[in-house]
Amino acid sequence: MLSIKCPFCGYRSQKEFAYGGDGTIRRPELNQDISDEKWNEFVYLRKSPRGKHVELWHHTAGCRQWFKVQRDTVTHEIFQTTKINEEIK
Amino acid sequence: MQKYSIFSLIKNAFSNHEKWDLAWKDPSPKKEYDVVIIGGGGHGLATAYYLAKEHNITNVAIIEKGWIGGGNIGRNTTIIRSNFMYDDNARFNEFGMNLWRNMSQELNFNVMFSPRGIINLAHSDAQMNTYARRGNSMRLNGIDAILLNREEVKKIIPMADFSENVRYPIFGGLAQPSAGTARHDAVAWGYARQADSMGVDIIQNCEVTGFDVSGGKIQGVRTSRGDIKTKKIGLCVAGSTNVLAEKLNMTLPIETHLLQACVSEPVKPVLDGVVTFGAGHFYISQSDKGEMVMGGDLDGYNSYAQKGNLPTIQHVLTGGIALFPFLSRLKMLRTWGGIMDMSMDGSPIIDKTHIEGLYLNCGWCYGGFKSVPSSGWTFAHTIAQDRVHELNEGFSLNRFSKGYLLDEKGLGTKTWIS
Repeated sequence: MLSIKCPFCGYRSQKEFAYGGDGTIRRPELNQDISDEKWNEFVYLRKSPRGKHVELWHHTAGCRQWFKVQRDTVTHEIFQTTKINEEIK
Repeated sequence: MQKYSIFSLIKNAFSNHEKWDLAWKDPSPKKEYDVVIIGGGGHGLATAYYLAKEHNITNVAIIEKGWIGGGNIGRNTTIIRSNFMYDDNARFNEFGMNLWRNMSQELNFNVMFSPRGIINLAHSDAQMNTYARRGNSMRLNGIDAILLNREEVKKIIPMADFSENVRYPIFGGLAQPSAGTARHDAVAWGYARQADSMGVDIIQNCEVTGFDVSGGKIQGVRTSRGDIKTKKIGLCVAGSTNVLAEKLNMTLPIETHLLQACVSEPVKPVLDGVVTFGAGHFYISQSDKGEMVMGGDLDGYNSYAQKGNLPTIQHVLTGGIALFPFLSRLKMLRTWGGIMDMSMDGSPIIDKTHIEGLYLNCGWCYGGFKSVPSSGWTFAHTIAQDRVHELNEGFSLNRFSKGYLLDEKGLGTKTWIS
């Protein structure tokens, strides 16, 4: 079982969290013309790397905050968790 | 190639079964091939077999990082069905059903295809309506579908919980009687043996380290066992699709996720078909050995680990016990995991790419096993003719950017959400 360190609550069991997918995806800027290609990239295309992956998690059964996790997709080791507005170093 | 029959079995009994031919050879890679198939799983082996059989292209290599039968072809829950609503999925998989029916004869290998039927259970009126719609769509595509009411389901699976006070009472179900199961290892071995006998080189323990692309065309592939020249490459690597796509500077509408399955200790026959729970993600069948074969949700986060975590097993089996209370008293024999190429609409991709000579076969999510023959057949056609067959034209790579999604389950882009 993963033990995930919520930046607000500390270490909690995986059961308290929900996964939110790739944390590096950026929505295209609002109120601008966006090409179909850009939408396609944003909505559908994913790198899904083998190794270090920055992703979003939601502390659904806790403080209900979204935050970022850097995790290895092969070993499941978690290197770092940060608040949503902080950068993974 | 030695034909397998009762007579060859008797003959070899006299030599204590020590003189059987190898089912396939173990060649070293040649310098050049007409087609290189990357990935020696079910889809790759079937593709090579149909390239040789249907298109007479036999100068083919299958390169496999591990060993034949070690990936998802040996890790799935062996369910074969074509109970799809959308035309593209339904026609494609019903075409595959016909290949399944003749597979043991065609491959001279008993794949133990057993059309024992599947029932998708419904637990509300709304779900019954949805199943009626799906069943009608299936019948329009010539697939057998029967809408069962509660009493009819009870006759087939009396051991399910039909008591009054359950959280998700069984309202009925949608059955496809022609669906079934097969012995998954035998499918890999049967295709491998026949492909090998027609001249295909099956090269195991050979990892792809890079691609040789120039002028927008495939020139070859670099492997841990040397460089191989080829003009055509078919990618059939399921959960490793993103890893190889990165080497080609491609980003795909695929995420790699982890799926677990488990079997119980063997028990006497209790369940003759495949049953899926409609109020959670849980499906079950009983193997010929008597083990209850069960699966359900993905672990739910990107993963390349071919092993999973216990919370998911516990969650899946909670659903299982709600449906079949007798499961609570069975011991679990083993659990295992495999990595799934989850596409963004839940349907596969079999298509050409922007690189000439590079063909893509991926996005099978957790339903790749049933499509092994139809995928191999259509992918072989796509590679040999350099154009998609009408059976796989719906599985295009650009359907995402064009908006022609095949969103069979209506899950949106997060197909990994449970």
